[in-house]
Amino acid sequence: MTPTEYEYLRKFLKDNSGLDLSADKQYLIESRLLPLARKGGLSGITELVQKLQAGSRQLITDVVEAMTTNETFFFRDKVPFDHFRDHIMPEVIKARAARRSVRIWCAAGSTGQEPYSLAMCLKEMGAALTGWRVEIIATDLSQEVLEKAKSGIYSQFEVQRGLPIQMLVKYFKQTGETWQINPELRAMIQHRQLNLLHDFAQLGTFDVIFCRNVLIYFDQDTKINIFNRLARQIEPDGFLVLGAAETVVGLTDTFRPIQDRRGLYKPNDPRAAAAKPAIGAVPPRMAVMAGR
Amino acid sequence: MKTCLVVDDSSVVRKIARRILEGLEFQVTEAEDGSKALEICQRQLPDAVLLDWNMPVMDGFEFMGHMRRLPGGDQPKVVFCTTENNVAHIAQALSGGANEYIMKPFDKDIIADKFAEVGLIPVGQAMV
Repeated sequence: MTPTEYEYLRKFLKDNSGLDLSADKQYLIESRLLPLARKGGLSGITELVQKLQAGSRQLITDVVEAMTTNETFFFRDKVPFDHFRDHIMPEVIKARAARRSVRIWCAAGSTGQEPYSLAMCLKEMGAALTGWRVEIIATDLSQEVLEKAKSGIYSQFEVQRGLPIQMLVKYFKQTGETWQINPELRAMIQHRQLNLLHDFAQLGTFDVIFCRNVLIYFDQDTKINIFNRLARQIEPDGFLVLGAAETVVGLTDTFRPIQDRRGLYKPNDPRAAAAKPAIGAVPPRMAVMAGR
Repeated sequence: MKTCLVVDDSSVVRKIARRILEGLEFQVTEAEDGSKALEICQRQLPDAVLLDWNMPVMDGFEFMGHMRRLPGGDQPKVVFCTTENNVAHIAQALSGGANEYIMKPFDKDIIADKFAEVGLIPVGQAMV
């Protein structure tokens, strides 16, 4: 996106929705408007701006909505958290009974609703995890978003999206018009800045990786590259959780879908993966071929 | 079609709530205070009640107590929708038999989320 295009969109949003973006919100615009552009068959932000300038009324509405819709909420989509509680954690608890520790990575932790939802799920399991070391690492590209996640402070509007009222009363403390998640839950999560396009091997390996609603913003080669690198950070019996609109199918064979559990994936046998030389280390385009 | 009784002394709030709930395919009836709402419930219990707290004649909390004691009165899902936004009120509502609690101001997303939470609409519908 060129500076001119960014300035145009800033003014457009200010005029059309009152949304006031500071000078460094290119990331936010791209993350919201690229999927919209792709959905409308446009090549990218440039073409989208051209259509806006031409006065496409439907697009004006769509752009405003995409930019002003609340980005994420607690227990988003519900189903993945049911899977987490009913399927993933029981298996992890069995498999890690000896070492009594579990490592979870929220690869698109955003403003914290997802990692805190997981933390609440874990708390609700109560005695089953007594004495366990639980590590949740939440990463996001944006430092600003991470700061918000770290604070654990949410508006009245935000705590009413997806969060059952009993959970609000149980795990949050009200301060004026805002609600802050309890220190005990905040302490369960480490927040780190990370761009998924960059190396993330330093994070170590995980039993569970939540990587939801972020890969949709990347092109196919990038997705494949990220999947292959995620496969190296996940335990052989670990779980990958993707967003409702995302899949590995047709992109990589490093993961396979779990039947009847939408959005849930397991890594394929590492020996099978090892038989394909340097998968993921090769340029993405080559990896596509190796995968087929 | 599921039924929802909207109880609020503000006609504006009732109108907004009606529009949202009809969008979620509810058949909506309205009452302007707890006493009128109770009369409606004595004739026929709705599937859901969207319930304001502070109203003249009979407030929402008192109404809920009476309604819960009617035959079958344990069935309707009661979702409070009030400007009372402190933990004490929320806790009181829950222990008095409320299923969910909305702090005003509200919008379509919040209503859809809360109604999905108590099983009045499928989870997927809340995302539309």
